[in-house]
Amino acid sequence: MGNMLTVSSSPHLSSGATTKRIMLDVIISLVPASIAAVVFFGWKSLVLIAVCIVSCVALEYICRRVMKRKNTTGDLSAVVTGLLLALNLPSGINPLIAVFGCIVAIVVVKQMFGGIGNNFVNPAITARIVLLVSFPVHMTTWEKPFEWLRTADSVTGATPLAMMAQGDKTSYLDLFLGNTGGCIGETCVLALLLGGIYLVIRRVISPIIPLCFIGTVFVLSFLLGGDPLFHIMSGGVMLGAIFMATDYTTSPMNPLGKVIFGIGCGVITVLIRLYANLPEGVSFSIILMNILVPHIENLTRTKPFGKEKKNEKA
Amino acid sequence: MQKKSLFKEFSKGIIKENPVLCLVLGTCPTLAVTTQASNAIGMGVAATIVLICSNAAISLLRKVIPGKVRIPAYITIIAGFVTMVQMLVKAFAPAIDEALGIYLPLIVVNCIILGRAEMFASKNSVIPSMVDGLGMGVGFTAAMLLMGSIREILGAGTFFGIPITSGFMDPILVFILPPGGFFVFGMLVALSSKLSGQKKAAEDISCAKCPMNKTCSKVNGEEGKCNG
Repeated sequence: MGNMLTVSSSPHLSSGATTKRIMLDVIISLVPASIAAVVFFGWKSLVLIAVCIVSCVALEYICRRVMKRKNTTGDLSAVVTGLLLALNLPSGINPLIAVFGCIVAIVVVKQMFGGIGNNFVNPAITARIVLLVSFPVHMTTWEKPFEWLRTADSVTGATPLAMMAQGDKTSYLDLFLGNTGGCIGETCVLALLLGGIYLVIRRVISPIIPLCFIGTVFVLSFLLGGDPLFHIMSGGVMLGAIFMATDYTTSPMNPLGKVIFGIGCGVITVLIRLYANLPEGVSFSIILMNILVPHIENLTRTKPFGKEKKNEKA
Repeated sequence: MQKKSLFKEFSKGIIKENPVLCLVLGTCPTLAVTTQASNAIGMGVAATIVLICSNAAISLLRKVIPGKVRIPAYITIIAGFVTMVQMLVKAFAPAIDEALGIYLPLIVVNCIILGRAEMFASKNSVIPSMVDGLGMGVGFTAAMLLMGSIREILGAGTFFGIPITSGFMDPILVFILPPGGFFVFGMLVALSSKLSGQKKAAEDISCAKCPMNKTCSKVNGEEGKCNG
């Protein structure tokens, strides 16, 4: 008799959305960018992606094992972290350096703070920043696209943002298709947009953060005398705005918070690009806003319907 | 009997009450100067000398110093010894003086030295106080040397200035930068508490043991947040 009635609290309807399903959607949405990476930068990018994914999953398994916690490698979140980290690296980088990045992302940022859902900053972004600070030469040695087809030796070139600093301009078409130097996954705007549209249609991400992020970069770079189209299509803006800034754990929950988060990312990115020593500021903007998320959440907390007014200050 | 307890006073500073890894005192110089193993030793030795001398002086004067002005009195005594050490270092090891920079005079306000003066030297006789100072100093130096070695080997690829990892490993620069200092420090604290098997029981952080519990409104049965 007791088995016939199931008593539970709401919600009673399930959309079927599981962590695994969401992570799988993110992986699918990153496929175009990964293909673009391999097309532009050759088999080395494929090796890099494979190394990052394998080491992230392996490290997650080892960590959970050592910490005597439930094995969570099945939820594919480590695969997403590995893939995102790989897409944030230059093609010529030593795979061992990439493995060090995976250790930072999975062991330090993710598992030491309690695993999926408990990290206070985005693991892939943090790993990228740690690598950038630790190996400044390796992380800023960019190979030119398609050079892997022509010569065995790698030919290095500057990124569009670095070229802009010297006065050279890259054509909009090259930027849009990704025919420029840069991290393997950030150059092809077309592939990143395809992935972003898929995520929005599948309702994995809300478009608020990417739109605010990219919109702010567009408007602010225009106001400060830059070329707005160039700024949103170069560097890591697309990759960061669509895939990194929208990480559930490290972005605000309600729409107003998302707007503040996106605008903050955009402002910091433009300020770093135009006024700081570094050519690119996307990763730093995202990590800084990640740290501010708890405060944004507090400021934008929604009031429950019908709540008594006198309790507001309590 | 007395010898055994003296040894105990000495050894507690190295492992059980290691000032850096267990008491978490003196973290400012620990994080700032451990970019090289040699800096760590220089800082550790300087602090140890000050610690022994100030513990001895404060222990000798413990019945003379009035309780109400004891902190200024301790600081003055410590500052005297720090000035002497600083002059000696400047004269005989100018390279270390340059590497330690502001952190050498800042030994005056080092929590370890003031903490040992307050916790130990003001309540014990001269010899145990000096031994306590020596033990704490050795513990401080050992922890700093460990941190300095890890950071120097990984972050610069050298150990005491001698290159050892060139050829097979690129230095991971982040380790000699401030974030790397915090990272190594956190790892060492975690490791030492794991090795010493000290599990902080829940009651250690309860209101009963909170230093504010006499004035705290929560304990006194009133509504409000914990002051501590």
